[in-house]
Amino acid sequence: MLNKPTSLVGNPIIRGVTVLLMAPILLFALYVQWHGDYGPGGGFQAGVIFAVGIIAHGLIFGVRATQRMISPDAVRIGAVIGWMLYLMTGVISMWRGAEFLNYSALVHDPLHGQHYGILSIELGVGITVASVMILLFYSFVGGGRNT
Amino acid sequence: MNQWPVIQILLPLIAAPLCALVTREKFAWALAAIITWGALVVAIVLNSQVLEQSPISYQLGGWAPPWGIELRIDSLNAMLLLLITGIAAVVITAARESIRKEIDEEKIPLYYTAYLLLLASMIGICITGDAFNVFVFLEISSLSTYALIAMGRDRRALIATFRYLIMGTIGATFILISIGLLYQLTGTLNMADLAERLPALHGNRVMQAAFGFFILGVSIKVALYPLHYWLPNGYTYAPSVVSAFLAGTATKVSLYVMLRFIFGIFGVDFSFEVIQVQHVLMPMAVAGILVGSMAAIYQDDIKRVLAYSSVAQLSYIVLGISIASETSLTASVVHIFNHGLVKSALFLCVAAMVYSVGSSKLEDLSGAAKRMPWTVAAFAVAGISLVGVPLTAGFITKWYLILAVIEYGWWPLAMVLVISSLMAVAYVWRVLDYLWFKPMSEKVAAHGARPPRTILIPAALLSFTCIYFGIDTGVTLGAADRVVQALLGATP
Repeated sequence: MLNKPTSLVGNPIIRGVTVLLMAPILLFALYVQWHGDYGPGGGFQAGVIFAVGIIAHGLIFGVRATQRMISPDAVRIGAVIGWMLYLMTGVISMWRGAEFLNYSALVHDPLHGQHYGILSIELGVGITVASVMILLFYSFVGGGRNT
Repeated sequence: MNQWPVIQILLPLIAAPLCALVTREKFAWALAAIITWGALVVAIVLNSQVLEQSPISYQLGGWAPPWGIELRIDSLNAMLLLLITGIAAVVITAARESIRKEIDEEKIPLYYTAYLLLLASMIGICITGDAFNVFVFLEISSLSTYALIAMGRDRRALIATFRYLIMGTIGATFILISIGLLYQLTGTLNMADLAERLPALHGNRVMQAAFGFFILGVSIKVALYPLHYWLPNGYTYAPSVVSAFLAGTATKVSLYVMLRFIFGIFGVDFSFEVIQVQHVLMPMAVAGILVGSMAAIYQDDIKRVLAYSSVAQLSYIVLGISIASETSLTASVVHIFNHGLVKSALFLCVAAMVYSVGSSKLEDLSGAAKRMPWTVAAFAVAGISLVGVPLTAGFITKWYLILAVIEYGWWPLAMVLVISSLMAVAYVWRVLDYLWFKPMSEKVAAHGARPPRTILIPAALLSFTCIYFGIDTGVTLGAADRVVQALLGATP
């Protein structure tokens, strides 16, 4: 009775715990994201943590359920948006007459510029990393856009 | 403020993700083509600026050089930028028709994404003045190359990619270890700053280890003889236009890294007096010249012939680096440029033949000249330039290399160069014999037709440049002269 193999997917405890944990995981990802410019953290770590929340959902409830929530196309677009956010931050500082990615030129006050600049590029990194991690998961479980 | 250096990288880097969003292959191609030609224009602007003031320095993010990342353009990397963007622009023009036939339709926008990423990363490797940045761009270029090669129709492309992935990763790791050791020693990653600090550390074991790791890693990337294993299969099974782009640029960029690190960072004294790297590089280069040429004679696939010939031709450049005299370095620098043009021209002609016949086997292509005379003519012109017949681009380098060897009285080495030229005659002639004189194969009879002009004209254009730079040598030799003066001078 004890060693009867049971599917993870059908196990009510695992399903329940996943539902309980998903929200804190995603919240923690956002915390790491926004806290990145004051302490340890940043876009890359936040992106990975965020993707972990989504991937856990996919592992337990099946990748189809996850893809109904976040479609592969949306993830692709997310990856591009993050990438463009990073580059555009740099391009805006070029537009305002400074070097590429010179945050000081972003707004009238250099100190604020540095602050907004790092927030913006870290957000770009976070979105791209999370999207690419999810995209990797989707492609490896065969849930890419061909199926 | 001069924004051109960063625009050179940004153009393809911004267009690449946009290509991934586009679903129609027509728009993806149009975007990629416009951006690539734009990059060529920027490279021309940068070249004219370097003539007036060298080096051009650009501080990324406004951080001053020893701390921040610096883009630094002098005569050497300006020439490389021109070569990379020029070949990229010509190849992308020819790419559309060929790619539509060789790659699944839904993957085509992703193909252009990878192509633009590869372009951006090779530009990045050349343009940056920061040693760690070189590694980052090297990784981007490797990853996009793996993706491009794996898109080949033949399933063996996957195995070829996997081999390249293993070898490329080992190479990149060694280069990273080397850069890490240098950082540990000096606390700086800026190339100019490294060059100032390293001469004080010549006896240091860590610096010697860093040099060893670097030479080994970059030799894999360059495909120097015993480490060339990944190259022939990679070029053979990649989609045809990808081979044309890679053969002209990828290994040349690795050779640039080799030149830059040996002469610009470690310095001539350390590399050739303390370590005496010539005793490693020269035998490997000579072996590569002979083995590569010999192997090229016995291949049954036209792409494979060209790939093994690349192994030999790259070894010429390494031989020139290992001699490290003014004449030999001139030969190397000019050959980086000339061989890039010649190999891209040859592979583009092959892409045109593969487009209509559907195979690159010599057997299947025999008698192709009767159906596509212009394509084979363009191939022949680039082919004689590969051999090094006078009045072609290939001759200039052979001439300078033999002069450099004779300066030192190394007659056996001069003999090796002459013998390898004869071997080049053999493998080029063998291909032309199949294309021109053998009876027409069934495949050519069934499908052989003139390839579309969009492939033929770029191929012919590149073939023409092989002749042009053989007659008007002022441009390439003048540039090479400035480069060599800078390399052998004390300042990087």
